[in-house]
Amino acid sequence: MPLYRRPNGIDLPFASEITPREIFESRRSFIKQVAVGAVGAGSLLELSTGDAWAQASGAQKLAAKANPAYVVMDKATPYKDATTYNNFYEFGTDKADPAENAGSLKTRPWTVSIEGEVKKPMTLDIDSLLKLAPLEERIYRLRCVEGWSMVIPWIGYSLSALIKKMEPTGNAKYIEFTTLADNRQMPGLRSPVLEWPYVEGLRMDEAMHPLALLTFGMYGQVLPNQSGAPVRMVLPWKYGFKSAKSIVKIRFVKDQPRTAWNIAAAREYGFYSNVNPDVDHPRWSQATERRIGEDGFFTKKRKTLMFNGYSDVASLYTGMDLKKYF
Amino acid sequence: MFNPTPRQFKTLKAILFVLALLPALRLLLYAFTDRLGANPIEFITRSSGDWTLYFLCITLAVTPLRRFTNWNWLVKLRRMLGLYAFFYACLHFITFLWFDHFFDLAEMLKDVVKRPFITVGFIAFVMLLPLALTSTNGMIRRLGGKRWQWLHRSLYVISMLGILHFWWMRAGKHNFEKPILFGAIVAALLLVRVYFALRNRAGQRAALQKRQVTPSPT
Repeated sequence: MPLYRRPNGIDLPFASEITPREIFESRRSFIKQVAVGAVGAGSLLELSTGDAWAQASGAQKLAAKANPAYVVMDKATPYKDATTYNNFYEFGTDKADPAENAGSLKTRPWTVSIEGEVKKPMTLDIDSLLKLAPLEERIYRLRCVEGWSMVIPWIGYSLSALIKKMEPTGNAKYIEFTTLADNRQMPGLRSPVLEWPYVEGLRMDEAMHPLALLTFGMYGQVLPNQSGAPVRMVLPWKYGFKSAKSIVKIRFVKDQPRTAWNIAAAREYGFYSNVNPDVDHPRWSQATERRIGEDGFFTKKRKTLMFNGYSDVASLYTGMDLKKYF
Repeated sequence: MFNPTPRQFKTLKAILFVLALLPALRLLLYAFTDRLGANPIEFITRSSGDWTLYFLCITLAVTPLRRFTNWNWLVKLRRMLGLYAFFYACLHFITFLWFDHFFDLAEMLKDVVKRPFITVGFIAFVMLLPLALTSTNGMIRRLGGKRWQWLHRSLYVISMLGILHFWWMRAGKHNFEKPILFGAIVAALLLVRVYFALRNRAGQRAALQKRQVTPSPT
């Protein structure tokens, strides 16, 4: 099924939606390997697209099986762009800052506490959190509220797997994520850009949606620090800032959480912040976006899709005025 | 007091011309060596916007600097500096029009009308046009010094609009460090002018009073 109809009504994929050559070729070589019987069981993992993109960055590999249900045909953003152009204000407000400053973040030992309206509150260390459910690789589009987008192969599992194990009570209407806020490790905390720690939240049904990914890695490796190591959320139908990074606390709560960007500028950043080409940001249009690493100077910006193209989530918002609840 | 010979002045001006061109050459070099980062258009937009503000500040600094140092020859560099501010503003605007809107003028105008921060930036750019067009000696002569000076004082308003544009751009992110810095510099450069004007008037009044109380010989 096409992502959206072209004006002329012909459902042809865009060039960018065709499988990139590297992946295509790696499949061919895989088939060849099968043919000569040189494939061990472990090579199956190497087929994962993440591996095709993994670069010699010295990061630790993270094995995961590609989930074919979550593969977009868009070309993945180059690893270098995805890891040097980041918003992570705890490490500075410039997009080059996180890659430069996040080296000071210590991701081991690391614990995440699960609190609030839950039958089994507990503190999990990162290794047991990693083993809680089988890791999958999913290629998601990422749309930033600033009007740019990327395509990233993430590694993680549906947040719902964790939620089910923790058994939230009937009072849990929302889920709240808190990012680490440690002055010694995060130089950006010195500037009062946002209210620290960074807090984000979802309604319970949004959190239970299979697309909501508790994420530990990208491009076949563990998350680099600037991308929210060791564990972050990825919500592909919402603007990027909804996905809390370097999570230390997950709380189940009765009331809608007060989220960092909503506190900073409620008029500009709503609680839902679903990707929506019809609701402009007060200072720019959201109708189009620039794909990082792919769209050059002379490429027209591409149209932004409702829910970033993830129309499955539409049922979560039936009857809601998404202009009011932006 | 430093007063360059015509030859020295020529050299100085040439050096300054090349220096002022460096930010643009850097962008060109970066574009050809793939060093504009993950979002080249954003890089060029920000860099050209920053350099427009730098050159507005430098241009506005000429008069105070001249008054404090008595280096009157500085004024002969002002036109070039002002035109460089215009050059970087053009680069900034063209990036917006070309790479952001692909010459879709209707879309661009919609953006200009709808979004105050773009409106303000656009007005500032449009206001720079008459200044650039009247920068020639012929135009100064045709307009007459007084009128020309009056017109070119609109740069005070333009620089304030430029800062407001930058301020609003950063407002959503609460990241005011740079707009505050630019704002403070422009405020200082304008306040110095207020000071000069007040001192001038006081001086004139004193001179007038002196003339009046001077006893006339009988």
